[in-house]
Amino acid sequence: MSTYIPNGKAQRKQMLDVIGVERFEDLLSPIPESVRFKGELDLPAPVSELELVKEFKEFAAVNSSADLICFRGAGAYDHFIPSAIDNILTRSEFFTAYTPYQAEVSQGTLQAIFEYQTMIARLTGCDAANACMYDGASATAEAALMAIRATKKKRVLVSGSLNPRTIDVMHTYIDNGDFEINEVPFGADGLIDLEAARQLAEGGVAALVLQYPNFFGSIEDIQAAANFVHEFKGLLVVTADPIALGVIEAPGKLGADIVVGEGQPMGIAMSYGGPYVGFMATSTKLLRKMPGRIVGRTEDRAGNTGYVLTLQTREQHIRRAKATSNICSNQALMALANVIYLTLAGEDGFVGVAAQCWHKSHYLFDKLLGIDGVTRVFNAPFCREFVVDLPVSAESAALAMEEKGYLAGLPIHGLGEGAMMLTVTEKRTREEIDGFADALSEFIKGVR
Amino acid sequence: MEKTIFQYSSPGRTGVTLPVLDVPETAVPDEFGRKHPVGLPQVTEGQAMRHFVRLSTMNFNIEKGLYPLGSCTMKYNPRLHEYLARIERLAAVHPLSSDSSVQGTLQIMYELGEFFCEITGFDAVTLQPAAGAQGEFTGIMLIKKWQIERGQGHRNEVLMPDSSHGTNPATTTLAGLKVVSVKSDEHGRVDVEDLRSKVGENTCAFMLTNPNTLGIFESNIREITQIVHSAGGLNYMDGANMNALLGIARPGDMGFDACHLNLHKTFSTPHGGGGPGSGAVCCTETLGSFLPASTVGKTKDGYVLNNGGGRSIGRLMAFHGNVGVLYKAYAYIRTLGARGLREASEVALINANYMKARIKEYYEVPNDDGPCMHEFVASGAEMAKKGANTLDIAKRLLDYGFHAPTIYFPLIVKEALMIEPTETESLESIDTFIDAMIAIAGEINEKPHLVTDAPVNTPVLRLDEVKAVKDLCLVEPVEL
Repeated sequence: MSTYIPNGKAQRKQMLDVIGVERFEDLLSPIPESVRFKGELDLPAPVSELELVKEFKEFAAVNSSADLICFRGAGAYDHFIPSAIDNILTRSEFFTAYTPYQAEVSQGTLQAIFEYQTMIARLTGCDAANACMYDGASATAEAALMAIRATKKKRVLVSGSLNPRTIDVMHTYIDNGDFEINEVPFGADGLIDLEAARQLAEGGVAALVLQYPNFFGSIEDIQAAANFVHEFKGLLVVTADPIALGVIEAPGKLGADIVVGEGQPMGIAMSYGGPYVGFMATSTKLLRKMPGRIVGRTEDRAGNTGYVLTLQTREQHIRRAKATSNICSNQALMALANVIYLTLAGEDGFVGVAAQCWHKSHYLFDKLLGIDGVTRVFNAPFCREFVVDLPVSAESAALAMEEKGYLAGLPIHGLGEGAMMLTVTEKRTREEIDGFADALSEFIKGVR
Repeated sequence: MEKTIFQYSSPGRTGVTLPVLDVPETAVPDEFGRKHPVGLPQVTEGQAMRHFVRLSTMNFNIEKGLYPLGSCTMKYNPRLHEYLARIERLAAVHPLSSDSSVQGTLQIMYELGEFFCEITGFDAVTLQPAAGAQGEFTGIMLIKKWQIERGQGHRNEVLMPDSSHGTNPATTTLAGLKVVSVKSDEHGRVDVEDLRSKVGENTCAFMLTNPNTLGIFESNIREITQIVHSAGGLNYMDGANMNALLGIARPGDMGFDACHLNLHKTFSTPHGGGGPGSGAVCCTETLGSFLPASTVGKTKDGYVLNNGGGRSIGRLMAFHGNVGVLYKAYAYIRTLGARGLREASEVALINANYMKARIKEYYEVPNDDGPCMHEFVASGAEMAKKGANTLDIAKRLLDYGFHAPTIYFPLIVKEALMIEPTETESLESIDTFIDAMIAIAGEINEKPHLVTDAPVNTPVLRLDEVKAVKDLCLVEPVEL
């Protein structure tokens, strides 16, 4: 007897009688014999809860990466996650609900999204935000498509200082026929080369896409980029690290038209890459071009405040082929994690986390530059993440560090054999940072 | 009604404490620094918990009652899965870890992919797509790439029935292709003659949900897929309704070339109030060479993550998919096994047919020419003539303690009510739902205002969607 299916033999018989058939197989009459699956699927024999827990613990035990002290970022970050978040996320009222199609019985989800939209808009310095996208990379691609719709231009400039994975996703989403992506090189300082962009922008562009801080951790000049792209009647799309926005100016305040980003650093486990969540914010002028779900405040028949999904005529279930995107399910529970995180951290906690990341990453940076032969790769100011050039192969250094218990920075092959990009979050202690720097120093000495 | 979190805020409160900074400070250069406060609320953990718990109590959910949203497969989500996905050594690993340090996760992903291939009758799989719509996009891009590589890049038409999900045409546009709509016949199935007349030298692909969005199995499926193949197109199955077919029929055996699975429907992963879902795509060996990055392989030295070859359609997400969701789907399949999965589909079919048999005595069920699969579509058209339409019926069901069915979809049925009970509902709960539907039919005859005034037993009364658009308010205004 299944623990999962309540209707046993007796109930099934009773129901088949009401249906008016003798056997279950009679219900399969619409399925031609030729396509019916004969026999049994070749799957492992079922296991009990007891056995499955044991197996999962064995899987978990061999995930040695979980033991490593993490100095790697490049799109996923090891931040502290307050335990209250999971307490809320695992309430069945939130995690087992579907998309809030029936607003009157979904006010919890809808109001939480409204609060999420508010916090994202404030964080990014924009007027409005949507209910979320799949992840930061797909949100960036969707933002570029949004710019194409808004400007009716077909070409998008993307800075080479973006995370290459984001650029990959943009290609998958965008160059499928009519639209084109041109990559703008970055200069010796690791920042976008706006002079090169100017040449590529001839004839007009839908958007310039910048990362802030960029892939290498360097802080781009958003204002200058905005002035530049607006001159060509295009929009500035900024994919921003939300934690950094606790210390550096909000891109919306510097002229960005659409601000997107990866929400993982705000209360979401790294979980080998997902589920994460993308955020998207924009101006009042452009918000009707946004993809995805949007929650709005309204009133019920008695004049009480309530929340509904709104501006739905943009969406696939109504506009079909003319929709702003094909997105339907998003990552709502992860957006909920974000809003709880931002609530718990609050103004002081959030800015405090950002500041600790700033100080600790600079502390490691200084320590590493103190090692003989280690040099900085870019001169621009950075936030939480930076690239150094090691006098040894970064791959071999990372491998050696793993044996010492550290997940070292990511080797960046495009910047040379020794290039390693490191991240320090608020979770790292001085002792851990010192330990890592010493271990790396020792390794370098041993090789040279 | 609950205040917004911003209304609880008071300067100086916080819900977290940080360790004291143990390294020297480095100044943030003035020209880059944030000039104004973010505007986040300032509350204690207790205040935050109370706020979000209060919000939660205003949500309907699967643990509260029957949730018959058609095509959404709202089945029970076992608690065990939540526990497993949160085991710290699974949840805390960085996506750019070395393969050798994440063998546990990679093994689960590899085996899950194998299970999906077996269940669908295909040879290759990607677990990267974040949701069904991204799965569709992946599938159509695979087919498009295949057409281009064999010199048929001019094929720019994707055919689909007029009953298709909205994501199908939207996906087609995103892929840079053109939608060609195929009629449904008088029974709600693909009109084979119309399909025959519309395929041709521009046919790239045919997209079909099977069972279709009316809950009807496409009995001519072999003929349909054959027609498309003969015209040089490939067949893509939208797997939203796969819960009807586990161990009963496989897309790969029907002539499809690729399909996605909605793990948040068929494989019992919770929907999270809108996501995360997961939309694994399975396909033939031929299409397999175009799969996006982050497929998992098995070698003699262990499991490896492949970053996609030169023929790949590219990346859909930054990393490897909604891995936390994959753990739950894996746990589901391991718990049920082959027989359990088939039993789930069998009971889903029995429950839906039972509901249809009883409800059709009170509500019109168009296209009813035999057994339905896991769901069926009733029509509120007759009721609407009496003064209460499908929206009213849906809202009244909320008063009776149920979630409403999917309404006004598919578009080819007037005043549609698409009902899917799933296998995890007991006969007793199904009967209670049917009793409510019958009671509402009675109310429409005798006291229709009870239905048109609904809902009244919910945290708020019927909400004004027109006002929401007219007086647009998407964020809490900043207090002056």
